[in-house]
Amino acid sequence: MSTTASAGLPSPNLRSSGPKRDPAVALALGRSRKRRDIIARWLCVGATTIGIALLASILATLLVRGLGGISLDVFTKVTLPPGSDGGLLNAIVGSLIQTAIGTAIGTPIGLMVGTYLSEYARGSHLGNAVRFVSDVLLSAPSILIGLFVYTVLVAPFGGFSGIAGCIALAVIVIPIVVRTTEDMLQLIPVALREAAVALGAPKWRSIVFVCYPAAREGILTGVLLAVARVAGETAPLLFTSLGNLNWSLSLAQPMASLPVTIYQYAGSAFDDWVRLAWAGALLITLGVLAINIIARVVLRQRS
Amino acid sequence: MNEATTSQAEPITGPTLETRPEIAATQAKIAIRNLDFFYGDNRALKSINLDFPERQVTGMIGPSGCGKSTLLRCLNRMYDLYPGQRATGEAMMEGINIVDPKVDLNALRSRIGMVFQKPTPFPMSIYDNIAFGVKLHEKLTKAQMDERVEWSLSRAALWDEVKDRLASPASGLSGGQQQRLCIARSIAVRPEVILFDEPTSALDPISTLKVEELIDELKQDFTIAIVTHNMQQAARCADRVAFFYLGEMVEVGTAAQMFTAPRELRTQQYITGRFS
Amino acid sequence: MSQTALSAHQLTSRKSRLSGDAIFAGAALVSGVFVLLLLGAIILSLFIGGWPAFHAFGLSFVTNVDWDPVQDVFGAAVSIYGTVLTSIIALVIAVPLAFGVAFYLTEVAPTWLRRPVGTAIELLAAVPSIIYGMWGFYVIVPLMSQTIQPAVIETFEGIPVLETLFAGPPFGTGLFTASLILAVMVLPFIAATMRDVFLTVPPVFKESAYGVGATTWEVMRSIVIPYTRISVVGGIMLGLGRALGETMAVTFVIGNTNRIATSLFGPGNTIASIVALEFPESPAGSLKLASLLALGFILFVISFIVLAISRVLLKPRTGG
Repeated sequence: MSTTASAGLPSPNLRSSGPKRDPAVALALGRSRKRRDIIARWLCVGATTIGIALLASILATLLVRGLGGISLDVFTKVTLPPGSDGGLLNAIVGSLIQTAIGTAIGTPIGLMVGTYLSEYARGSHLGNAVRFVSDVLLSAPSILIGLFVYTVLVAPFGGFSGIAGCIALAVIVIPIVVRTTEDMLQLIPVALREAAVALGAPKWRSIVFVCYPAAREGILTGVLLAVARVAGETAPLLFTSLGNLNWSLSLAQPMASLPVTIYQYAGSAFDDWVRLAWAGALLITLGVLAINIIARVVLRQRS
Repeated sequence: MNEATTSQAEPITGPTLETRPEIAATQAKIAIRNLDFFYGDNRALKSINLDFPERQVTGMIGPSGCGKSTLLRCLNRMYDLYPGQRATGEAMMEGINIVDPKVDLNALRSRIGMVFQKPTPFPMSIYDNIAFGVKLHEKLTKAQMDERVEWSLSRAALWDEVKDRLASPASGLSGGQQQRLCIARSIAVRPEVILFDEPTSALDPISTLKVEELIDELKQDFTIAIVTHNMQQAARCADRVAFFYLGEMVEVGTAAQMFTAPRELRTQQYITGRFS
Repeated sequence: MSQTALSAHQLTSRKSRLSGDAIFAGAALVSGVFVLLLLGAIILSLFIGGWPAFHAFGLSFVTNVDWDPVQDVFGAAVSIYGTVLTSIIALVIAVPLAFGVAFYLTEVAPTWLRRPVGTAIELLAAVPSIIYGMWGFYVIVPLMSQTIQPAVIETFEGIPVLETLFAGPPFGTGLFTASLILAVMVLPFIAATMRDVFLTVPPVFKESAYGVGATTWEVMRSIVIPYTRISVVGGIMLGLGRALGETMAVTFVIGNTNRIATSLFGPGNTIASIVALEFPESPAGSLKLASLLALGFILFVISFIVLAISRVLLKPRTGG
């Protein structure tokens, strides 16, 4: 169209640019392009709908099959043989203990590693290596963490124990806390650090009393996500704390946990065990999703 | 072609940009009347009236946040990408109101090109950067496309520098070359209007000079609107200059008149550096 | 307070500050090195634990298709085959879906919907894998055996290759069902990574493309994807890394059979599922346990390579 406007102007180049744009071709092209755009949009709406539907299906299945199994007995009775109206008390308590101790061991280590990466190892080869390894551990198969703890703690020291389970979970917690801690410390403005140092504060004081509080919500989010992750872990516990059908609070003995009990019960042939497995699955999923949502809310308050 | 014939039989809803009457060269290419612009509830442009004469350069100056870039982004509806942004009023181009929500955006943008502050080479070869926009609106043979690429690169004064490496990635060009590539990319679509949003603010002085010369050359064929922070640039490039302040168009006149005898006190203060 | 007293006080406090810094920096360094040692210990412990198997079978451990506890002969080929096959099918299913979700969340969805839908997809990633296993076993397996598999088997009957690939009987469990569950599990990881890398494209590039009249899909295809190509591959590799080592969900639906099935509907095993399923019957010190640890070592090596590649490809985009 512009060639029309430029006709007669001393611009030989412009004239050589071929025939003027054909409005019919442009219109047809525009239509087919728009059609393709609409198809692409509908396909991506479809993909997202499938994703949401999968989540809905999982939650619906859990609610339909799990709600019926939830009763006071689940929380007050320990696991019993089939047909004797047992509960999940020892599994719930065992999961709480192992998750709590695992998080308590893993968090300080992860916090220090994250601090090291953010504050001490910027650009150093050792720092890059640590960051790389931590990121690989973040996605490494959790079953291998279980096998690792089995070979170094369970096999040489006389058997399955609650503490071995705690340590396996701690190994999973560490890289999660490392990633969020480093990311959150990086977000702190340089001016804030400089202000602390300008007051004469030594580096460790500026980190502990200025940077940590400034990154508090972010670090807490990381810990919550770590809790949510390990609370649902099954594979690493199969080789470490094993599971225990009796009431036991001893960290030196095999310890029950909700995921492992669900695993044992869900595959069994007994209706009451399967019903308990669904009740446990509902509890653990609601717990994990709730922690995830809380973590997001905590992080959002920051911004 | 088949689609085109059937489409003509259908009732065409809304203004269609492809069917326009030819107009006299002296007339305003775009005439803005009572244009308001809102970011959410914030009124960023207040009742703007401004003409962009055909085949002239209209410069827009003013302090940061005065609305000059906002007005530019109204003219090709770039604000449509962002929710909560809307314009009301009239921006007439040959019988079509640009800010009418029913306007076909793809066709509109094929007629009104834009060059941004920073060079934006697409992640593809130099040749494909040019061909990208053309292919959206025209069906050309390979030979026609080659010709179009050479033509637009020549018009952007870049052909001699890149003709031997058209297949290499555009990201390998220097900043000044990248910006001329972006200009060539806009020209290649053969728009009628080209919008420049501070096109030289990221360039060195020599590249800036080249781009300014290019703008002067391009006004033979295109209607040009340029936003700039640099008053010397406005004086060098623009035929007419509009001064914006706090979302209002304070005054408009020829470049000579604006820089020697501004009518408004605010214009005078800005030009003499009382605020910026 | 005299001048000397003041400076003496300053000096001592300065000294204690220095040592505080040294302790803290030392603790940080030790923690960092600890992570390196942890990885080394994991590799080493699996290798040493698996050594009897490597020693007894040599390289043929990797190629042997037998898994025979009675004869005490163990080979990794079946479970390596199952691991790689299920993971690749899972990616083939998950990647287009994940791309669609990421495209929707970055370009198509209305702004107010982006956060809730994005959160829902991320929650899909938070569901524990044992729940996927139960869901797969009680919802997907019956669906497969009663509806999908009979229909597919009937459709492909008499067509060469496809007939073998989708041969019956329709048990519901098997390699293909495991792949489906894995696809659902890695979908949110890949989608979230793609979304994050798509968001790193500077808006001005997209505006430039819209500026010449491109549609949203054209901007996606010609600008966003070429711009983020490397990171997108990195995100897919991250999903692959997850799929390779997934245990509990696969264990429920894989069928636990130690031979190579020609049909995708046939049962099989993955490294992770065979370790989880056979471990309880592997007494300490047995060759079988060593073989499971050797399998763990192989899985670790495969996952490490995939995750390392993913990390390298994602690095320029995510900055980490």
